[in-house]
Amino acid sequence: MPTQTAVPHWSQDLHALLRQQRVRQVSFVPDAGHTALIRLCESDTDMRAVRLTTEEEGIALAVGAWLGGDKSVLLMQSSGVGNCINMLSMLSVCQIPLTMLVTMRGDWAEFNPWQVPMGRAAKAVLEEMGVLVYRADREEDILPVAEGALRLAYNTLRPTAMLIGQRLLGAKTFDQ
Amino acid sequence: MTKATSAHTEPKLERRSVVRTLLAERGQLLVIAGLGAPAWDATETGDHPLNFPLWGGMGGAAAMGLGLALAQPDRRVLVLTGDGELLMGLGSLATIGVQRPRNLALVVLDNEHYGETGMQPSHTKFGVDLAASAVACGFPAASVVTTMQQVTALREDVHRAAGPLFAQIKIAADKLALVLPPRDGTHLKNRFREALLGSDAHFRR
Repeated sequence: MPTQTAVPHWSQDLHALLRQQRVRQVSFVPDAGHTALIRLCESDTDMRAVRLTTEEEGIALAVGAWLGGDKSVLLMQSSGVGNCINMLSMLSVCQIPLTMLVTMRGDWAEFNPWQVPMGRAAKAVLEEMGVLVYRADREEDILPVAEGALRLAYNTLRPTAMLIGQRLLGAKTFDQ
Repeated sequence: MTKATSAHTEPKLERRSVVRTLLAERGQLLVIAGLGAPAWDATETGDHPLNFPLWGGMGGAAAMGLGLALAQPDRRVLVLTGDGELLMGLGSLATIGVQRPRNLALVVLDNEHYGETGMQPSHTKFGVDLAASAVACGFPAASVVTTMQQVTALREDVHRAAGPLFAQIKIAADKLALVLPPRDGTHLKNRFREALLGSDAHFRR
């Protein structure tokens, strides 16, 4: 099982993909699984890393970014999906592209029972709000799935999400 | 904290006069108008391709203005919204305070009520201080505007001052005739992007 402190290769791959696709705004509410990617984006002078107080700000930020011609992505944990529900209306009504990279909780080997309801509902909630959802459960899936989600979003003007499985990330155990 | 701040006696400003003054000689100003009356006010002043009036997404106007301001650092961005709309996204003050875009102005038309849902009093009626919240979140300055002279001065600041700028304009809680902007979100988006980015807007990916 991978540890959460190592810098995973796939974070570097994702950062390279965001650069290659000319993503200019990367907004996030932190999650352990996104630590390395956030750090890479923060130190990239071609990107603006925007820390949010709640994930729905990132949806609104993406609308403003796209009005101004910038591509953006939103990084969050699955619990943040629930915070976005009403704001996601704007993406489907206005046909605004955005890719959300979502690290899963309440998924494989979850330790915290309070994480399970939202983790379980995340995919259905996103789909009900018009987001096309893809899963990456193996490390080798991350780059092609993310690339597909990003290309589809910006080629067809709709929101997409990649759910990154907890088995891949390593379940948080609170040292139990 | 139960003391209402609206106890002072001078007549409050009329929202449409305020918005007409703020948007006069707007030039290339980019305008996000928050859900509800601010969107109708902006439209009453004149429907404009560089207006993005919101029909939903309550609480998102300020963060939307941030995304636009970061994407267009050489253009001035005005977010015109209401007290209830901002209260729903109060955390975005902190997000903007960290990013500090110099070209963003956030102007709150504060009638201390939720005007679209039956004029129920909002938190500002009971003393919640939005301007102080903006300063506490890292805005370099924030003002409370109560006269039309101050509104005219604010217009200058929206176009020229180093932001992020925050102003809270105390207005009367009038329910005015609706002046509705276009409703099709794709139309609003496409005309805004084309006016801002040129015909290239439809080709860039």
